[in-house]
Amino acid sequence: MQISLSKENRPIVIASLFVGVILIAGTAYTLSTTGTAPLLSVNYLLQQLQTGSFLGICAAGMMMVILLGHIDLSIPWTLTAAAMTATAVGGDLAIPTALGVGVCVGLLNGIGVAWLRIPSMIFTLGVDTVLRGLMVAQTGGFAPQDRATPVMLFLAKERIFGVPAAILVWAAVSIVIATLLTRTGFGRSLYATGAREGAAYLSGIRTRWVIVGAFVTSGLCAAIAGVLLTGYSAKAYQGMGNAFLLPAIAAVVLGGTHILGGKGRYVGTLVGVILIVLLNSVLSIMQMPEAGRQIIYGAVIIGMLLVYGRNQRVTS
Amino acid sequence: MKRSSTRSSSLTRWLSQNTGFAAALLLFTALFLTYNVMHPRGFSSAVAIQNANETVAIAFVAMAQTLPVLIGGLDLSVGAVMTLANCVASELLTGSPLQIVLGAVLTLLTGALFGFMNGCIVVYGRIQPIIATLATGAVAIGLALLIRPKPGGNVDDDLSWALTNSVWDLADTYGFADGGEAWWLRPFADIPVPFLLVVLIAVIVWVPFRRSVTGRTVYAIGSAEGAAYMSGLPIQRAKITAFTLAGFLAACGGLYLAIQTSSGNADVQQAGAYTLNSIAAVVLGGTSLLGGTGGAIASLVGAMILRVISFYFRILDIDPLLQPLIEGLVLLTAVSFGAFRTLRVKNQLDLFR
Repeated sequence: MQISLSKENRPIVIASLFVGVILIAGTAYTLSTTGTAPLLSVNYLLQQLQTGSFLGICAAGMMMVILLGHIDLSIPWTLTAAAMTATAVGGDLAIPTALGVGVCVGLLNGIGVAWLRIPSMIFTLGVDTVLRGLMVAQTGGFAPQDRATPVMLFLAKERIFGVPAAILVWAAVSIVIATLLTRTGFGRSLYATGAREGAAYLSGIRTRWVIVGAFVTSGLCAAIAGVLLTGYSAKAYQGMGNAFLLPAIAAVVLGGTHILGGKGRYVGTLVGVILIVLLNSVLSIMQMPEAGRQIIYGAVIIGMLLVYGRNQRVTS
Repeated sequence: MKRSSTRSSSLTRWLSQNTGFAAALLLFTALFLTYNVMHPRGFSSAVAIQNANETVAIAFVAMAQTLPVLIGGLDLSVGAVMTLANCVASELLTGSPLQIVLGAVLTLLTGALFGFMNGCIVVYGRIQPIIATLATGAVAIGLALLIRPKPGGNVDDDLSWALTNSVWDLADTYGFADGGEAWWLRPFADIPVPFLLVVLIAVIVWVPFRRSVTGRTVYAIGSAEGAAYMSGLPIQRAKITAFTLAGFLAACGGLYLAIQTSSGNADVQQAGAYTLNSIAAVVLGGTSLLGGTGGAIASLVGAMILRVISFYFRILDIDPLLQPLIEGLVLLTAVSFGAFRTLRVKNQLDLFR
């Protein structure tokens, strides 16, 4: 039987198959040890996706930037800064404040990368450090309010018709990003700019604004994730975003998006996030110590990329 | 007359080709001299030793990061490899002198092997360096945690003392050169050993490498990989060597950290911080993240700039809570100077590389 897959869909299919493999292996393990199969219950899966939604939203924003061939290393402290300023402001204005912080950081990143032409790798790293400095300075002298507001608690913990609200937020973000990428001029400009910025510029695309747009989206996504995470853990705290940077990059790349930009589908990023979340939950069911987790985590990324993420050989 | 004009023109050419490095060197000299003038015990051996000790690990890691950056890639595993080497060293650096030497060699070999593996994955697996090393970095941290689940370790005290102090202390500990009193040792007696170690590694590893065919190929790949391939340069060998050397240099940093702290610590946060700081140091030194220009010596200067900035906090009596903010602002400002390039560009298209 010959199945032909377009090059773009191959990573997505293989990653989905691997998600299936993880589920089967995890279930086999739980059946053999405790005789139950929690991995196959809808409730458990929803719970896992609820905790995975923070990563999923970060990865959605990161994907926009990676599609341009750039990277956003400021996600951890954008998330934290948004969450901490939001809780400090409190009340009804908390969530708009968080989103505002995300947009501002995104604008700053975008201007540095698009106009000053500083490599995104180092500029966003610098912005990350500055944000960390601001947060340390803000919270050090006195203790601002860090409690999550009721709306945050609702978004992160409550269920609407049995589905956790966090997953619904993630779904909404996903729909917006997928629509942006496939149905709008901005999305097409994004792919064109990522493939070859010079050509896109000559075709009349205002590539600088495209770059700014992508970074603003990324900042906004990080801020949304910050709001949800604050609700989930009931408060904002320093370093709350640190655990999301590398997994977000890994999820985007595992989903088939090319790290140098121009290629990738949003569905792939979704599958990549689900893969990482399920892998983590299976490893914690197996009570794998941290050392083993890290090794398996790295090996899985390398293994998957060896299957479908290989570059062209340089021949000219 | 003619001769001196050619000499001055070669100097201008060197300057125009190494503007970033020259600026970094100038900046470091200015910062360091001012620091010593302001320090109550400035220009003394004790201050120099303390400064050198705190700079060694990041200096090695920054030098390690330089090689992958030169080929147009990035190594996100340098901090993790340093941590792995640190944990290996904390197990092996005890016992008889022979055992200690063997332990040090094994530590460095671990790093080099890990780098070799990175290189093979990048070359034969044809995976982008940044994402391949992101994954292998996780593996390195995992291995480090296996070796040392809790911080601790056992490092020979004499070694620890001798290598983290002045040359006189080194001679005194191991009883050569009349315990440090020999006349020929006098001029060097106050130099910090860690500083000499970094210079030694740079001279015996980096300088010969840069002059070799493989080293030149590394630069050629960063400038134009296709052209390097068509010229018949050993691309694969150069890439693998670059990553292997990166692993080796990162292990040097880990080895020194173990000697300095007498322990190993598989700290994920610390590994990440070292990796990110190494990128900052490489950029501050004037090496382009696009590859092809720069060098390990430049990154060494970049690392020293990063560190000297943090030394200022001690003498200036700045609120500790403001320190991360100032560090970040200085870093952001320093890299923003690269934006001057955009002012000189005549053709907009040159911006979009």
